[in-house]
Amino acid sequence: MASRGGIVSRLKRKKIQEVVAEGKRMDGRGLEDYREFVVKTGVMEKSEGSAEVKLGKTWVVAGVKVGVGTPFEDTPEMGVLMCNAEFTPVAHPTFEPGPPDEESIELARVVDRGLRSAEILDFKKLALVPGKLVYLVHVDLYVLNYDGNLIDASALAAIAALKTAVKPVHKVKEGEIEATGKKESLEVLKEPVAVTMVKIGDSLIVDPSADEEEVMDLRLTITLEKDGSICTIQKSGSEGLTMEDIQKAVKIASEKAAENRKLIAGKADA
Amino acid sequence: MSKRKKKTKEKRFDGREPNEIRPIKIESGVLPNADGSAYIEMGKNKVVVGVFGPREMHPKRLSKPNMATLRCRYHMAPFSVDPRRSPAPSRRDNEISMVMRYALEPAVFLERYPRSAIDVYAEVLEADGGTRTASINAATVALVDAGIPMRDLVSSCAAGKIDDMLVLDLGDYEDKEGQADVPVAYMPKLGKVTLLQMDGVLSPDEFEKCVSLAIDGCNRIYEIQREALKKKYGLTEEEVKE
Repeated sequence: MASRGGIVSRLKRKKIQEVVAEGKRMDGRGLEDYREFVVKTGVMEKSEGSAEVKLGKTWVVAGVKVGVGTPFEDTPEMGVLMCNAEFTPVAHPTFEPGPPDEESIELARVVDRGLRSAEILDFKKLALVPGKLVYLVHVDLYVLNYDGNLIDASALAAIAALKTAVKPVHKVKEGEIEATGKKESLEVLKEPVAVTMVKIGDSLIVDPSADEEEVMDLRLTITLEKDGSICTIQKSGSEGLTMEDIQKAVKIASEKAAENRKLIAGKADA
Repeated sequence: MSKRKKKTKEKRFDGREPNEIRPIKIESGVLPNADGSAYIEMGKNKVVVGVFGPREMHPKRLSKPNMATLRCRYHMAPFSVDPRRSPAPSRRDNEISMVMRYALEPAVFLERYPRSAIDVYAEVLEADGGTRTASINAATVALVDAGIPMRDLVSSCAAGKIDDMLVLDLGDYEDKEGQADVPVAYMPKLGKVTLLQMDGVLSPDEFEKCVSLAIDGCNRIYEIQREALKKKYGLTEEEVKE
């Protein structure tokens, strides 16, 4: 995302910067327009919940696996939610196989923080034998094609997958658990929506493409809840922001999150 | 969660005012073998930072033909927290290393040193909430100590919310039990925010107040960083002119 090896030629870089300075974009969008997005749930049978998001050409699949294990030491009475992101080598010519790099770690952690800060699950309810056995909810984000803005696409895929996810029901007897073979919903309580912007020159543009991320000065992700409160912020990239930039970004993010929330709800009904 | 400490209405759990930063001590040039270094105590946080470079980049293929590459590594000692943590870098460490780099890069004249590397290593010896801000504060002083030309100092401080009160420079307890945490790094002379993250839940209005509060903290820390450098390098140019 931040500098993927200078794939954008110098001419294209200059062109993108010029076009954005005029208030336009290479693909004809307005500065604050999202690309078309498609959300599909239940795309995989063997996971407890799954979703696929296509945001323009960016393609992310999220799979939820629910297991049982020991809780974290500092939260013994709570279930565990963990996000992991994988940049598969099929997603972009510059993505290589190997251990997660800082970009994929950042993606996983920003999505993770959004879900956790918003408390999308009742973590106390996910404890089976408090202190000993709890539900472990793993959300694995698989990037299958990269064309910018992985965070928004992944956050959307994670929520969509969790909303359809089920957990196996266990009977608890004297500190031991026994599988019942039944399944019930994970009960997602909140729906945080991430809005990512990049700054190119003096302009903030929403939902950056891969080329735009390559030439950006900085990137800012703001995740919001339904009531308009902010639950995660992440700034990336090697430039600084002014206080005015921050205020403007918060305003744009609030509007875009509300719009996207409506779109998502509309698509879920259809 | 269980060890919730009592606090009076206005004062914080450690007796500070809402807009009060913890005591800070910065010393530059503490590591004899590093090109530049600094040690910081920010409350109970203890961080030592060493800067190496500009030096030849290894591996060479990662070097940039037009500028130096700033590499940051944030690392916590196994004994810095309770319980002991593994010395292997965690996902959190990797992310902090990255945001630290983004926080410092805008201040450094990287274009002066094509093909070279500047390595910044932050070792957290004791953690007490706000280790990334303490590491950035020390790293800036260490970069100056290494003689690397900079546009501005980078000062860093967090603000957040606990018990519905907005507070500056969160301690460990406030960090863990609080409602939100907003770490900020700021270049005071240039007026630019170079690190901005948030955890927890805040209204947009509260968030903007937190950023302003954190910037106030950064301005105060800026003076402490200057003092630490003046202590070693004597008077600044303006003072000599006077």
